[in-house]
Amino acid sequence: MRTLHTDRISETVAELCLQANRSLNPDMRQALRAAGDAERSPLAARTLDRILENADVAERASLPMCQDTGLVVVFAEVGQSLLLEGTSLQEAVDGGVRAAYTSGHLRASVSADPLDRGNSGDNTPAVVHASVVPGDGLRLRLLAKGGGCENMSDFRMLTPFQGTQGVADFVVETAERAGPNACPPMVVGVGVGGSFEQSALLAKRSLLREVGAASAVAHAAELERDILDRLNASGIGPQGYGGATTALAVHVELAACHVASLPVSVNIECHAHRHKEVAL
Amino acid sequence: MSAEVRRLTLPLTDATVQALHAGDEVLLTGTLITGRDRACAHLHRLLADGEALPVDLADQLLYFVGPAPAPPGMAIGSAGPTTSARMNPFMPALLEAGLRGMIGKGFIGEEVKRALERRPAVYFGAVGGTGALLAQTITSTEVLAFPELRGEAVFRLELAAFPAVVLHDSHGGDLYERTYGSVAAAGQAGVAHNE
Repeated sequence: MRTLHTDRISETVAELCLQANRSLNPDMRQALRAAGDAERSPLAARTLDRILENADVAERASLPMCQDTGLVVVFAEVGQSLLLEGTSLQEAVDGGVRAAYTSGHLRASVSADPLDRGNSGDNTPAVVHASVVPGDGLRLRLLAKGGGCENMSDFRMLTPFQGTQGVADFVVETAERAGPNACPPMVVGVGVGGSFEQSALLAKRSLLREVGAASAVAHAAELERDILDRLNASGIGPQGYGGATTALAVHVELAACHVASLPVSVNIECHAHRHKEVAL
Repeated sequence: MSAEVRRLTLPLTDATVQALHAGDEVLLTGTLITGRDRACAHLHRLLADGEALPVDLADQLLYFVGPAPAPPGMAIGSAGPTTSARMNPFMPALLEAGLRGMIGKGFIGEEVKRALERRPAVYFGAVGGTGALLAQTITSTEVLAFPELRGEAVFRLELAAFPAVVLHDSHGGDLYERTYGSVAAAGQAGVAHNE
């Protein structure tokens, strides 16, 4: 059995937090550049240019791309033959978040209590979703999720007969209603099926896919294309200033569900889309 | 950047505000004040209670921002706009108390639009998620009120050519309504419903 000390997890999470906030992923850069080349609205093209210029400045000056440095969400895939030595996984992740946010000039953006709203001071706790997988590895997939776009996310229980059309309509309605509040161009994560809570997790996890990579399931990929086309025909555009780039990608994940249910979750992500992952 | 971008000096005058129209691109130079959720709520409560404000709102622009901490050698950390709609409940009273407008991102409520038109005042948008770039146009900062709110305190910022777009002008023109009409109307209804 392989042993891994949780200090390694803390150090890794700290590094991922800094990288995610300061360095836009190549897939996002590529998608933004392609969208800018295709925009016919000068204001939309300039806005996309600004977003790319911002990413350059952030990387060069070691600044977060956005002052909302996000709530940290970690998907941890823990090998069932791996022994973790040290603290709990939650404490290990929080240790990394604390180190990155206090030393890296990242904003503390977490209210310790949702009702009294006091700031926790160091951006902890993180949200940790752990799953047990075969092997002795550990894969950490981290998102620093902004509040503006998260606020525009939504869930609905459709009836089975509303089907694909009902799902597409709900996703389009949710993303259009989000509009400029969600800092478009957005990445739209969609979870279809599962149980109530699984649906939301599917939507969140879909955001970790390479931007624009189609679902391996043919009818899910078709649904992704249909929703993306409708959103980009809406005219909302970058920042809602008008244009053809409202979303860069739609990622749909499917799961088996109850015969009576068709749950749909829409998790909206902004153009900063901060995510990094590593295998230990 | 295109030739039609207008350079404006803060604080804005009545005449300058009235000459602005939705969709205009501007570069702002001069000083403004900041505030977001809790600072706006505090100011609103002080006004409602008839108490003196710790900061003079007269002719000021209010920037909805909670900046990231400043790294060494910089006046401020990343400092882009936050979602304006959360401040809807406070804005009519704060505009009536003297503000010349605000900078934020996203939809604002109908009551806020009418308050902008009465004042007259203007709602600017800055590109959300470009806080690193916008920070390069902020040359100095000073805490004016509510230091206990840390990043959410009211700051005075000195701007040098801060880029913004007019989202709602003092004549009722609205960039979002113009760019996607019925979708925008549905969106605003949805946002109002969510509050």
